[in-house]
Amino acid sequence: MATESYPKTVIYCGVCTLPPEYCEFGGTTKKCEEWLEKNQSELHKKLYSQEALEQNLSSLSIEAQKRAEKDSQKKAAKAAAAEARDAETRASSKVLIKRIERNKRKYVTAVQGLEAFGLDIKKVAKDFGKKFATGSSVTKVPGGGDEITVQGDLSDDILEYIEDNYKDVPEDNIELVEDKKKKKAEQVG
Amino acid sequence: MFKKDISPGAKSKVKSSVQRTIRQKVLDTYPLLEPYIEDILPKKEQLDLVKLPDRVSLYVLNGTPLFFQHMDDALLPHLALVHRYPNAFSRLRIDRGAIRFVLSGATLMAPGLTSPGGRLPGDPADTEGRYGKEDLEPGTPVVIEAEGKDTACMVGVLKMGTGEMKKVKKGQACEAGHYLGDGLWTLAL
Ligand SMILES: [Zn+2]
Repeated sequence: MATESYPKTVIYCGVCTLPPEYCEFGGTTKKCEEWLEKNQSELHKKLYSQEALEQNLSSLSIEAQKRAEKDSQKKAAKAAAAEARDAETRASSKVLIKRIERNKRKYVTAVQGLEAFGLDIKKVAKDFGKKFATGSSVTKVPGGGDEITVQGDLSDDILEYIEDNYKDVPEDNIELVEDKKKKKAEQVG
Repeated sequence: MFKKDISPGAKSKVKSSVQRTIRQKVLDTYPLLEPYIEDILPKKEQLDLVKLPDRVSLYVLNGTPLFFQHMDDALLPHLALVHRYPNAFSRLRIDRGAIRFVLSGATLMAPGLTSPGGRLPGDPADTEGRYGKEDLEPGTPVVIEAEGKDTACMVGVLKMGTGEMKKVKKGQACEAGHYLGDGLWTLAL
């Protein structure tokens, strides 16, 4: 093996991040295999050939096979349950786009709830800032979650932008509201 | 050590004098890395230190994690580095049945290494000498490979010498330092 050259290049699974030969021990084996077949067909042929699968089994005692089988079923069930839970939170999560009046005729727009849809909030805030050429910042909301605050009255534009760019957020889950708590101050002034 | 998901702490630049010391320590611990050290830890490039929970330091070069260290213990290689230079470390091999335990963060037990599928130094079945000839002392950092797999799945420190393992064939063999899929592996830098 002295002819091998270093550093070696190792391919990692696009689903579970492990070297694909270890995918069988995770809970996402099915998805891992699909990914490998699509992206690394040579390696897929090698790892998932009938021969390879049989050899994997033959090196374990029947009893150990059964335990490993049970174990992987448990893991797969866990992964499936987690995915179902995710889907459920997504379905029931709301994105709130709030128009807030700061001063007379000066508005900011606050967006809450995007994190439930697997979005990187900091990145989204940056995208908003770039797209609308305005200040955009992230703050934590007391009840949990993140809020993106964008300078200006951009409720409708942000709604449109979310619909066009973040397809994981169902249109029906987005709500536009107006925050009028400043009204009193206005009357006094 | 990284059974739970972790997030990186403060990142700082390593002073060049400290960087030299680390380079020397790496070579003292892993003399086989000598031919590659300039590629791995180039003298002219800036090494970063990222603090991890539980007093673990992670050394990172241009975003690539290289070595980690708990307090003043031995510097251990990140598995991605091991995958690039597999022949530069002392290696042992576990049997197929032990893989799923290792990947769930369990302490590696001696039978996983002493069974027919396992390999310790001086194993007559190891014709290419991949696992070395000389027995290893307790406290030696080792890379754990697996039966039927090309890539390593764990890095740890021996709790028991390999000579002792061959004799007693039971007990804890190696502390789980870092394994595929653990918090260090999935750490986003
Ligand atoms: Zn995978």
